[in-house]
Amino acid sequence: MRILAISGSLRGDSYNTGLLRAAAELAPAGVEVVLYDGLLEIPPYDEDTEAAAPPAVAALRDAIRDADGVLYATPEYNGSVPGVLKNAIDWASRPRATTAMQNKPSAVVGASTGTFGAVWAQNDLRRILGLTGARVVEAELPVGRAQEAFVGGELASGDVREKLTDVVEALVDAVREREVVLSGER
Amino acid sequence: MSISIEQQIPTGTWTVDAVHSTALFSVDHAAVGTFRGQFRKIDGGIEDGVLRGEVSLESLDVFDDNLKGHLLSPDFFDAERNPKLTFASTGVRVDGEHVVVEGDFTLRGVTKRVEATGTINGPLDLGDYGGTKLGIDLETSIDRTEFGLNWNAPLAGGKRMLGDDVTLSVHLELVPAEA
Repeated sequence: MRILAISGSLRGDSYNTGLLRAAAELAPAGVEVVLYDGLLEIPPYDEDTEAAAPPAVAALRDAIRDADGVLYATPEYNGSVPGVLKNAIDWASRPRATTAMQNKPSAVVGASTGTFGAVWAQNDLRRILGLTGARVVEAELPVGRAQEAFVGGELASGDVREKLTDVVEALVDAVREREVVLSGER
Repeated sequence: MSISIEQQIPTGTWTVDAVHSTALFSVDHAAVGTFRGQFRKIDGGIEDGVLRGEVSLESLDVFDDNLKGHLLSPDFFDAERNPKLTFASTGVRVDGEHVVVEGDFTLRGVTKRVEATGTINGPLDLGDYGGTKLGIDLETSIDRTEFGLNWNAPLAGGKRMLGDDVTLSVHLELVPAEA
């Protein structure tokens, strides 16, 4: 099973990207978590070039198509999802009739240095993903005061590691359920 | 024009004439309007006194591809897991000038007993114009949240984008099943 991990932060030492690296370590056996690193190359969404998508967009769409599920980690900018992440989702969700996001099991986590752990951004992102047609896992992981949860760039908080494991497992469960549905055994 | 109103599901085996049948839903939308959608693919018929019908969710017909995609997604019908809406009657009774057809309706994998009110017209022999036909018009209302279809969005003034109650209606023409 392949999980694509998309961080909404471009910052090199991003806590959100750190969460996704930790998710890759914590994922159960047989589950490969692949970090998406093309966010900076995605141009602003433009419907005029939608059909002949720029290469970075085509790569993102392929990465989502090739993944069984997607794990997002979002910071919160001015109370919501960072523009770069929203922009990438806008591209990936088009054309609507053929988007790989439809029915794609997806989960959201988030970290911030404030106390609320990007909880608004996570709420907004789940709503946005629902609009794209994704199967959004009903789990949330607000990591507040993220600077205290990480030591040397690694997720050190046992509590957060445990909760992150739960989210990854919920996403894996959603992928397995979908496999059963698509195999026609249900 | 009024033809014989049978008020009973007739004997024999009948098949829905899909070209001349429609299945629709309507729901309060944006606090001021009514949104309607219909399904292009209807299957069904009557056998042993039981009226059965199903619609393919993929055949949902609305005016925008974005909207269709969202309606088929897990937020709404969740068509990948549950590709059809189905109905099977369990009983019929006359209520004044109407019939009340009771039956099991399934949406998103949840089955609930519903009562649909309407008319059963015919059978009528149209000769060269389609042979014998039977008309069934039925309408019912469900609370979509009882089936796990919970999507909504808050509007100003405490109002919500979508109503919970959804009116379902079918206008069916049936023909005798070929032996």
